[in-house]
Amino acid sequence: MAKQHKAIALISGGLDSMLAVRVIQEQGIEVEGINFYTGFCVEGHTHAIRNEDKQKKKRNNALWVAEQLGIKINIIDVVQEYKEVLLNPKHGYGMNMNPCLDCKIFMVGKAVEWIKKNHANGFDFIITGEVIGQRPMSQRKLAMPIVAAESGADDILLRPLCAKNLPATRPELEGWIDREKLYDFSGRVRTPQMALAEEYGFTDYATPAGGCCFLTDKNYSRKLVDLWQGRSSRAYELDDIMLLKVGRHLRPKGNYKLIIARDEGECQYLEGYLKQYISIQPVSHNGPLALIDGEIEPEDYKHAASIVARYGQGRNADNVEMTFTLPNTNAQSIMVQPLTTDQVLIEWHV
Amino acid sequence: MRYKLDARRMLCPMPVIKTQNRIKELAVGDILEIVCTDSGALSDIPVWARIHGHEIVETEKKEGEVVIAVRVKS
Repeated sequence: MAKQHKAIALISGGLDSMLAVRVIQEQGIEVEGINFYTGFCVEGHTHAIRNEDKQKKKRNNALWVAEQLGIKINIIDVVQEYKEVLLNPKHGYGMNMNPCLDCKIFMVGKAVEWIKKNHANGFDFIITGEVIGQRPMSQRKLAMPIVAAESGADDILLRPLCAKNLPATRPELEGWIDREKLYDFSGRVRTPQMALAEEYGFTDYATPAGGCCFLTDKNYSRKLVDLWQGRSSRAYELDDIMLLKVGRHLRPKGNYKLIIARDEGECQYLEGYLKQYISIQPVSHNGPLALIDGEIEPEDYKHAASIVARYGQGRNADNVEMTFTLPNTNAQSIMVQPLTTDQVLIEWHV
Repeated sequence: MRYKLDARRMLCPMPVIKTQNRIKELAVGDILEIVCTDSGALSDIPVWARIHGHEIVETEKKEGEVVIAVRVKS
């Protein structure tokens, strides 16, 4: 009896990986999915923080795609290991702090590791939804063999959507799959993918603008660099990178930054950090909770509170009572005059 | 046996990852009760459970928290 060949697919939750899996399933290959959580995934951060986001459909697209395709999915926490990818990318960064090529090499490499670790389950090759020319950094034609070589996947890495534009891989050469039934997509145009989606009856799929990673986002990248500069260190923890997604970030002095909630949802989220961060909150008026990241001097307390007061309902009052709370201590009351709009300098905004 | 998993303050997919990893250590028939603050878990954990053949025996939403109980099936 012929061996049932099996593939592990990198699933981002977007259309391309969804199509890549279906193309391979159509050839009788059993597929399982793998998804990596770096801490920067757009999929991860978007639920449950801002009020405006609470109305959005709450689903993790990688899980959703796996269920639509009828495949198992393994979500792997790579937050710690990913730091090395972000901090020291061999192939450098893209337009922002996105180390896309190193990231792809890392993820395919993790899939290789996963195959070895789960060798008893008999996985033979790896598939991705990559398309030549789709992304400027990691999906250039020249980058494709680099990913295969540096990840250690070599000829067991198959890109079903653009395979015909690339040298044949082992699954094709060994006849596990029919190369003729693979595709030759290339470039940034999405029409072929959309046509294939229609052919497969996929009508609902995620189309995240700017990709699936916050590191491709200009504003997010700027906040990340500011965090590193403010601390004179590029070390970071998961909480640090989560907080970059929440609130208004203002740095009135080099040694500290304010993270000011923009709505009730963000206030609730920031409350989870009260044991780790100094916080400021209005008492006499409604207004936002703010956290202080950094080493604030006591002489700056009043100034910081007057900035936060500007974003509350007491912004036009002569004085606003605020509380200043250090972790695990009682709150200190402080009276401040809220800054005016002009007094909140543009250069403070991160 | 019934076990608890505290996934409060974690945003998805961390509650799913913690659930996935904890369930690997449990026996068939055990129940894992996951407490989350990300309401997205109400969608994500049941999807994960369905994909992997486990059973959702209870979901409850109360004051900023959701509780989801999963019975290990395989």
